[in-house]
Amino acid sequence: MGQTIFDKLWDRHVITGEVGEPQLLYVDFHMIHEVTSPQAFQGLREAGRKVRRPDLTFGTTDHNVPTVDIFNISDLISKNQIDTLARNVEEFGIDAATHGSERQGIVHMVGPETGNSQPGKVIVCGDSHTATNGAFGAIAFGIGTSEVEHVFATQTLWQVKPKQMKVNFVGKPANGVYSKDFILALIAKHGVDAGVGYAVEFTGEAIAALEMEERMTICNMAIEFGSKMGLMNPDQKTYDYVAGREFAPKDMVAAIADWQTLPSDADAVYDKVITIDVSKLAPMVTWGTNPEMGIEFTETFPEIKDFNDERAYQYMDLTPGGKPSDIDLGYVFIGSCTNARLSDLQLAAEIVKGHKISDKLTAIVVPGSRPVKKAAEALGLDKIFIDAGFEWREPGCSMCLGMNPDHVPEGVHCASTSNRNFEGRQGHGARTHLCSPVMAALAAINGKFVDAREVLA
Amino acid sequence: MEKFTVYKGTTVPLMNDNIDTDQIIPKQFLKATDKTGFGKNMFFEWRYLNDGEAENPDFILNHPEYRQATILISGDNFGSGSSREHAAWAIKDYGFRAVIAGSFSDIHYNNELKNGILPIVQPLETREILAALSPDEAIEIDLPNQVIKTSKGDFTFDIDAEWKRKLVNGLDDIGITLQYEELITAYEKQRPAYWQ
Repeated sequence: MGQTIFDKLWDRHVITGEVGEPQLLYVDFHMIHEVTSPQAFQGLREAGRKVRRPDLTFGTTDHNVPTVDIFNISDLISKNQIDTLARNVEEFGIDAATHGSERQGIVHMVGPETGNSQPGKVIVCGDSHTATNGAFGAIAFGIGTSEVEHVFATQTLWQVKPKQMKVNFVGKPANGVYSKDFILALIAKHGVDAGVGYAVEFTGEAIAALEMEERMTICNMAIEFGSKMGLMNPDQKTYDYVAGREFAPKDMVAAIADWQTLPSDADAVYDKVITIDVSKLAPMVTWGTNPEMGIEFTETFPEIKDFNDERAYQYMDLTPGGKPSDIDLGYVFIGSCTNARLSDLQLAAEIVKGHKISDKLTAIVVPGSRPVKKAAEALGLDKIFIDAGFEWREPGCSMCLGMNPDHVPEGVHCASTSNRNFEGRQGHGARTHLCSPVMAALAAINGKFVDAREVLA
Repeated sequence: MEKFTVYKGTTVPLMNDNIDTDQIIPKQFLKATDKTGFGKNMFFEWRYLNDGEAENPDFILNHPEYRQATILISGDNFGSGSSREHAAWAIKDYGFRAVIAGSFSDIHYNNELKNGILPIVQPLETREILAALSPDEAIEIDLPNQVIKTSKGDFTFDIDAEWKRKLVNGLDDIGITLQYEELITAYEKQRPAYWQ
């Protein structure tokens, strides 16, 4: 019987223990940020322990970072958290993309951009969007702060091997349908808890056709499908992405020879298989308060089937039977670890170029990292966005969760390229509508959602 | 971690599905650098009015008869979304010792266990029975025997044997793992040469 990529990666990392009970896994790469690490460092201090492998650990600050002037942090509690990270990495000898440095960005951008994210690794971080790194052919997942401390002290974690699901994306998408729509459609169809207890392999011809940045968008949102681990088979695009980066293997020939043994065998067995034909997909927009409450642009908001729906409609101030184009948008956010890579900004800029944003809304672009910001500025994208009336900001998590000053005002509807539309996520009373960067850019210039397929046909 | 053996407490139902960790503890409270004091801000947006100025009398945790509850009954996919352990710290600090839900997000499930909170999965029919119990009724959760005892019947539950051993004995996870030091070192020596 063949093995999945997940089986192969899992077997490579088991130090002790049997399948069906917690097994001790080795961690090859541990990313940390300022929000979920301070208590773990404090735990080490109290127990007199050290970080076992500072060389396999890498830090950055992202959640609290202001995006107008990153060094002017008016919230002193935020500033303390950022300063605490700086002190901790210094004390424990950990390399970091420090505040204001050229490498700084959202933690799930920094791993790939520095070349630390590679096929074959177990990658963890105290952040649920860590599965982003699974796009490289790695087991990557979010952990709590107690687990962060455990990795610091031991470079390992106890984990029970999850069940396995294959999500097979077939077909060729229409112009105007992107990888963000693939994952939003999967979640809308199968639910936010469909992946609970599973590691999910995203595969098929439609995944093979995607570039690395587009693949990361899908793995990023595995957690919104309920799975803490989403991953893909590495291929030449993966190797080409890693090659030449700061922490890429020096012997890439040996690395690639090994990585080529990782992809799932043709006769591998899964506990569950889902197939999605992407040629039938339309641009997605969420209407409710979790990511499964989404529809295709051409559909209408669904009937109320239980009290969860009722509450969501009440919070969003929408009614069943309405359409995405009816939503009265007041804000557009292009950013987050889901959709703020260079290719996302390029796609959005193509839409925006030569247009002005609707005068009834505020629109901001927050690049995911400083390397993305610099690359975008080298291409003149900043000027395109600014000329259209967007604000062009410094990189960080920003309005995806609003731990910094970037909030959507109460009651305002926001077209957002981020990953979560939970109540209050983007600000107290904020109403989030998840979509692709192109849908967000179109919404900005039209003042409402329009069908990307019609514009790009 | 804190021991959990046999625990008696009253219950409160909050039966929404997909309660996410953003609801359990919103972002503005994640800026602390210690683990204490999160309980007063648990379910902040639902529990308070006008940005914390006053309690929301409609929210069930604010009903006088449920204020002493230490066991939460909830819906499917409890603790979904963010990995923030602050959610588990808030649940613990508020005074809950167990959460009985239809299912749990994988990350939050581990976070509860690591803090000595017992996450228990039960089908909807059982949770509806528990939700209908008198707010005064103390139910008994017997972890060694994996059973919930109530006036309306006893309900068994599953838990991984190793997690149960750690909870019942209040063992320090890191301390246990450090006993495998030789195995970890041996593993490190055979990692691929291109990573050395």
